[in-house]
Amino acid sequence: MCLCMIPTTRIGNLMPEIFQYEFMNRAIVASVLVGVTAPAIGMFLVLRRLSLIADTLSHVAFAGVAVALITKSFTPIVAFIATATAAVSIEELRVRRLLPGDAALAVFLYGALALAVVLISASDGFNTTIFSYLFGSLLSVSMTDLWWMGILALVIVLFLFMFRFELTQITFDPDLAKTNGVRVHMLNLSLAILTAGTITVSMRVVGVLLVGALIVIPVLVSIRVVKGLTLTLIVSSALGVFVAVFGMVISFYADLAPGGSVVLIAISLLIIVEIGALIKRNFFGSSQLMQSSDHTHAHEFHAHGVNESATDDRHSHR
Amino acid sequence: MNDNSQSNPIQVDVESFPRPEKIPIRFDETWFAYDSVPVVRDINFSIMPGEFAAILGPNGSGKTTLMKLALGLLKPSSGRVLLFGEPSDNFTDWHRIGYVPQRIQTTEYRFPASVREIVQFGAYSGFSFFRSFKHNENSRVDDAMELAGIRELAGRRVSDISVGQQQRMLIARALVRRPDLLVMDEPVAGVDAAGEDQFHSMVRRLNRDLGITIVMVSHDIGAVMREATTCACINQDIVFHGPVHQLDANALSALYGFPVDVLMHDPDHTHR
Repeated sequence: MCLCMIPTTRIGNLMPEIFQYEFMNRAIVASVLVGVTAPAIGMFLVLRRLSLIADTLSHVAFAGVAVALITKSFTPIVAFIATATAAVSIEELRVRRLLPGDAALAVFLYGALALAVVLISASDGFNTTIFSYLFGSLLSVSMTDLWWMGILALVIVLFLFMFRFELTQITFDPDLAKTNGVRVHMLNLSLAILTAGTITVSMRVVGVLLVGALIVIPVLVSIRVVKGLTLTLIVSSALGVFVAVFGMVISFYADLAPGGSVVLIAISLLIIVEIGALIKRNFFGSSQLMQSSDHTHAHEFHAHGVNESATDDRHSHR
Repeated sequence: MNDNSQSNPIQVDVESFPRPEKIPIRFDETWFAYDSVPVVRDINFSIMPGEFAAILGPNGSGKTTLMKLALGLLKPSSGRVLLFGEPSDNFTDWHRIGYVPQRIQTTEYRFPASVREIVQFGAYSGFSFFRSFKHNENSRVDDAMELAGIRELAGRRVSDISVGQQQRMLIARALVRRPDLLVMDEPVAGVDAAGEDQFHSMVRRLNRDLGITIVMVSHDIGAVMREATTCACINQDIVFHGPVHQLDANALSALYGFPVDVLMHDPDHTHR
């Protein structure tokens, strides 16, 4: 074949096959957007032990998808309204102590799943569209979806940047944050709505059944490997982008479900860092213990020159 | 003030009387109930500027609830609580308040913040788009960590330090604010005897030398008798309120519901 005769094909041959398909380009851009936003929001959920809220809201989003498909409405908007309403309701139930936090999550999770199943069975049953929302699909990301995802990602990143000091204080201790002048309730509601938004856009890529994993697992890896709130946030998002894009590429070449690939890669990373931490603790644990013991003897209250040695060396590995 | 009033009783130094807005905490017929079960009943007393007020009471007596009401973290079922003259649930002047809770609320055992990051929270002064910690804030953080004796813990992960060290971190966080009022809920729970002694020395200095009003919930009657200037004994309602030297066996017996004897320590071994 004479290459000079068909320059476009030559360029095409030099490009990896994956970039020659427009739907894959869209899927990879979507992966980057989801990879940045899902773990960034996730950090504020994981550190408050609210990881399961992502799972609950993804089931609500699924109910929203079912409603949209039956009413032939624009799916992202209906799913977002459903998840945002559920997110705000769960937060209000928790704050007003009308239901314990985990009970409220259970009610919404099962309620939404039941509604989705009833609506789907009342229509024409499970079809390809429903499956693409459940497990994610490389083909399902349209240009319109990409615009919505881009706008929402921008809003989420801006919100987290603007309120990072406030959100980290709330995450550490809401009462301390409030007595610092932080508007705790308003920010909690905003975070709940943005979590709903993150889930709505993420489900196109990883599917509703696995969206919670992308919100939670990169954060768990990040917490294990770095220290400091800002660094944890940045590393979580970087890992999110890595696993989302890598998962997409693997699913393209191996013809696998993208959601499952992304989540399995994330879990593999988590297993690797946990094993690394275990080895480090077993092989280097004793020397660390000695270091920390030396440390504590140096820390005294210094007021009025009181110099008694503090013996408060009991560490609180709760 | 006393000298002036004794020499010329007609001339009154009005400035020396605390105006309502200067009274750090005022409970005014305050009631609070969880699910219609009263926990705090008809509380009436004030904590005046410069006081070192101790709050004593048995477990479940409503001490922590009272502190949360004072800080606007809970809203009274009836009556009101004033914080520097403002209803505590609408209070906005938070830079005047330092709060040290009984323990940190986070239950995440791998919370990734460093000790310094948590102490820096104390320098927070409201929302700002381009907020960065300024040089003077950094020096305030350093000073507070030095005072609380945790400077060398700055880079450690919050979850890797002991309960006692976490308490010192919370105290440093409160001190960064240079508050007019420092509210502490059992601040020495989890701190050993030597650390407790050092803690009381520090609080004494904050109260006497820097004039910070202190409110401290405590179970340690000895420390209260030694350190505080006033005491409120709470068992859902007020059992005793007054100068600490008036706190006697009768008041303590009424508070705890069984006979209590007060044994005074050898003055040479006390700090006052």
